[in-house]
Amino acid sequence: MKKLETTLVHLLLVIGIIVVIGPFAYMVLTSLTTDNYSLPSPQKLMTDTKTLGNFAQAWGKNHFQLYFRNSIVVTGFTLLFSLTLSSCMAYAFARFEFPGKEKLFRLFVFTLFVPAIINIIPQFTILKSLRLVDSYSGLILLYVGSGLVGSTFFLRGFFERIPRELEESIVIDGGGRFTIFRSIYIPLSLPALGTLAIFSFQGTWDEFVVALTVMKSEAHRTLPIALQLFRGQYVSFYGLFFAASIIALIPTIIVFLVFQKQFVKANLSDGSLKN
Amino acid sequence: MRKALKQYAQVSPYLVVGLALTLAFVLYPMAKGMYISFFHYNVIKPETSESAGLSNFKHVFTDPMIGTALRNSLLMAIVTVPGQWIAGIVLALLIQMKTVRLKVFWRLIYYVPVISSWIVVSYLFRFLFADGHEGMINYLLVDILHLIGEPIGWLQNTGTANLVVWLVSIWKGAGWVMVLYLAALQSIPRSLYEAAEIDGARPAAAFLNITLPLVRPLTAYVIINLVNGAIQAFIQVYAITQGGPMDSTQLLNTYLYKQAFQYFDFGYASAISVCLGVLIFALTYTQQRSIGRDRIEF
Repeated sequence: MKKLETTLVHLLLVIGIIVVIGPFAYMVLTSLTTDNYSLPSPQKLMTDTKTLGNFAQAWGKNHFQLYFRNSIVVTGFTLLFSLTLSSCMAYAFARFEFPGKEKLFRLFVFTLFVPAIINIIPQFTILKSLRLVDSYSGLILLYVGSGLVGSTFFLRGFFERIPRELEESIVIDGGGRFTIFRSIYIPLSLPALGTLAIFSFQGTWDEFVVALTVMKSEAHRTLPIALQLFRGQYVSFYGLFFAASIIALIPTIIVFLVFQKQFVKANLSDGSLKN
Repeated sequence: MRKALKQYAQVSPYLVVGLALTLAFVLYPMAKGMYISFFHYNVIKPETSESAGLSNFKHVFTDPMIGTALRNSLLMAIVTVPGQWIAGIVLALLIQMKTVRLKVFWRLIYYVPVISSWIVVSYLFRFLFADGHEGMINYLLVDILHLIGEPIGWLQNTGTANLVVWLVSIWKGAGWVMVLYLAALQSIPRSLYEAAEIDGARPAAAFLNITLPLVRPLTAYVIINLVNGAIQAFIQVYAITQGGPMDSTQLLNTYLYKQAFQYFDFGYASAISVCLGVLIFALTYTQQRSIGRDRIEF
């Protein structure tokens, strides 16, 4: 009886995996198939000879490498700044007292419920007045600025769960608040920071609408836009498009694999949800 | 007063930069967006914008397309929120079972859709559900499983086009719910279940009476995020149906984007977005309140 149950559960999980991985398998098969003029029929996908030609072509075409590098630069700096700034802000909200703190925080949380898409127009006008349209610093500033509230909200709960008694040893040694922050709160929150890094990386790497609006010149474009262009220019080159997509997915997967150990430990069940 | 100033001085090194960025790129744009909704806004020359009074909002309530878009947005929430939640929690419960091996492997694989790019995944589903025998799903249903006689034109009809959009949303989001519940389940002491087992409680009863109440703060967080995500969904529709056929699969969010960036009617688009914000707030209000309240220690 017990054995049957175990087999059944594993069977369910395997069926689930087919549903999850099936579409990816289809994508990989299509990217390895050469006839690009129509959507390759399922029979053809199974039987046709496989080649990496689409990958070589996608990588070499349309400044794809340049866009790839742009995406890495933009995502890297966004990640660095947003992790630094949001952990500082979360520390401020978690362990400092100042008038209006909770009101300000509630205002922050409120903004999370307002549709983000319409902010683009005023955001654009601000960048314009700073003369930062079509520059990496402008795009990075915008990404960092618009993501801070969510990350601060997320981290504050973790910081508040760290027992204050831990601070005492630092205070006895004569350390200030920054020392406490650096040597207690940051190291103990690494799982939360790792989780945040994954979310933040993926959100930035994948971001489409803002990048399309802010980056004007072709040389400054990021990957999601390059993919969209690929679709436009090689409408019926399905294999090429999927090869490009797979290349674009690789960095996210790598980042996930690197940080996933931390990800496991981050317990989001409570604490992080306090307002 | 002195004290307050001192407190501000202490906290400012940690707060000022982030606060300035949030003001510049979130709070100000939001206020400006609300402001714009009262104007016939001219993007090229903002200073020539004419005041519109409440006419943009009146338009929201008379525009027949809003009815369609509102229906689709609500359906999106009604279908995909429970869909993702149930799929996610079932996966978490299965993986968490004592007898299941390779827990890390399962969690990793089921999380892959979550980390994939929305644009890529949306196009992928668009091709999977292509018309005729070329589409993989049609091929599976007609030629392999013989479940239907003729291939379906998935994206040609409102109902099936919406179905594809829902499927991709659930497919991509279930893993996120799973990961959060897995973490939460691990933190529940086993002794509680053992006690229930001794008392003769069936697993289903243990789930309803032990697990769910203990993870209620997480559930509130998850539901808020899922509702928020469903109502703010964009790329699925933008890339898969483009609102078609005949604008019948537009969501409020894609419709307002079209008003803004195709017709350049930013005033009207902002008015829709203000209404959308009110809608999200109303839908998540009950859950928002319960977030602060129940904090269970064990």
